[in-house]
Amino acid sequence: MENNGQKKDRRFIIIDRLYLVMAILPLIVGMVIKVLVTPASEGIEITGARIYFTIPMPLQDLPITESQVNSWLVMLTIFGLCLWLTHGLTERAETKRQLVCEFIVEKTDGLIASNMGEKYFSHFGPFIAAVMSLSALSSLITLIGLYTPTSDMNVVAGWAVVVFVLITYYKNKCGFVHYLKSFANPALLTPLNVISEIATPVSMAFRHYGNILSGSVISVLVASALQGLSKMLLGWLPGVLGDIPFLQIGLPAILSIYFDLFSGLLQAFIFAMLTMLYVSSGFPADDWEKLQAKRLAAKKVKTA
Amino acid sequence: MLELAIGIILGGCALGAGCAMIAGIGPGIGEGNAVAKACEAIGRQPESQGAVTTTMLMGCAIAETTGLYALVIAILLIFLAPGRFVNILLRSI
Repeated sequence: MENNGQKKDRRFIIIDRLYLVMAILPLIVGMVIKVLVTPASEGIEITGARIYFTIPMPLQDLPITESQVNSWLVMLTIFGLCLWLTHGLTERAETKRQLVCEFIVEKTDGLIASNMGEKYFSHFGPFIAAVMSLSALSSLITLIGLYTPTSDMNVVAGWAVVVFVLITYYKNKCGFVHYLKSFANPALLTPLNVISEIATPVSMAFRHYGNILSGSVISVLVASALQGLSKMLLGWLPGVLGDIPFLQIGLPAILSIYFDLFSGLLQAFIFAMLTMLYVSSGFPADDWEKLQAKRLAAKKVKTA
Repeated sequence: MLELAIGIILGGCALGAGCAMIAGIGPGIGEGNAVAKACEAIGRQPESQGAVTTTMLMGCAIAETTGLYALVIAILLIFLAPGRFVNILLRSI
């Protein structure tokens, strides 16, 4: 691998630029759509996801909402970023870009090794990294003024259902009967176990959605309160000066650091962490080992 | 008479949302305890700061769940419930 040390050919650079454009373009498209579609309104208001258009379906109309569009844009951005980061990898890291993506992969693998154990779950890296980056970028998208997909219940509930399917798949590894038996571990507590099984995805969805939504609601309330206050206190200033909400400078930005940056990243981390913990604790490792040993013994008997 | 009924609906929804958020007390106390213990642990063993912080954040997130249930109920009561109840009232007349 000696091809690209100092001299990179033009084709490489053009493809590089294309990937970078692919990563940034979806966000710009999202902003343009938002500017074009959002009607002019007085002041600040709390709205849910705006419905762009509806597709007629036989059973029920399918609305295409802001959150759906934005989460697809985020996915495209992540796709472009991944292509850009992994473009032109060499055996020994030579570029900063490669160091960054090696850092990400190493950190994810380390997290998985320390939380799920390396024995069965060492291949879980891509899924966990995908969940984490999707959640983090969806929450951070609010920094450029787009509607956050994670403050829509439906998006996060979809992720929670995916995780629930994964958990159930790993619980079913030792057969369906074993899965059913695990509910009746103390036979008296069966209904409670069933309820807590259903509560897992519900609580995951509510946790993520509630945190992000409460942050945005509080930010909007504070911003509108400051607007009213500055209109009351500084409204006597002549001309345009009276209309500028001077008191809105400062405090909303500090709130945004906590609610958008910190809370969004923390919730992404927690969502991925809970996924790992639920999957690894749902997998019956001991029984799986016994089953494997029994199968191996049966195979040996058959061949002998 | 109709205004009175709608007023009662709106007031009831607002009161219900306020009462639901009493549940914020529990997570507050719980997370406070968790953070206090984490501070103690870091004070005793400063080298274990990373692991303690991660575990504490996880525990805080899980302790927060009940508060977030209440928050979701409160948000539903404020933003969704009044319209629904008023619709039901108007339809029943």
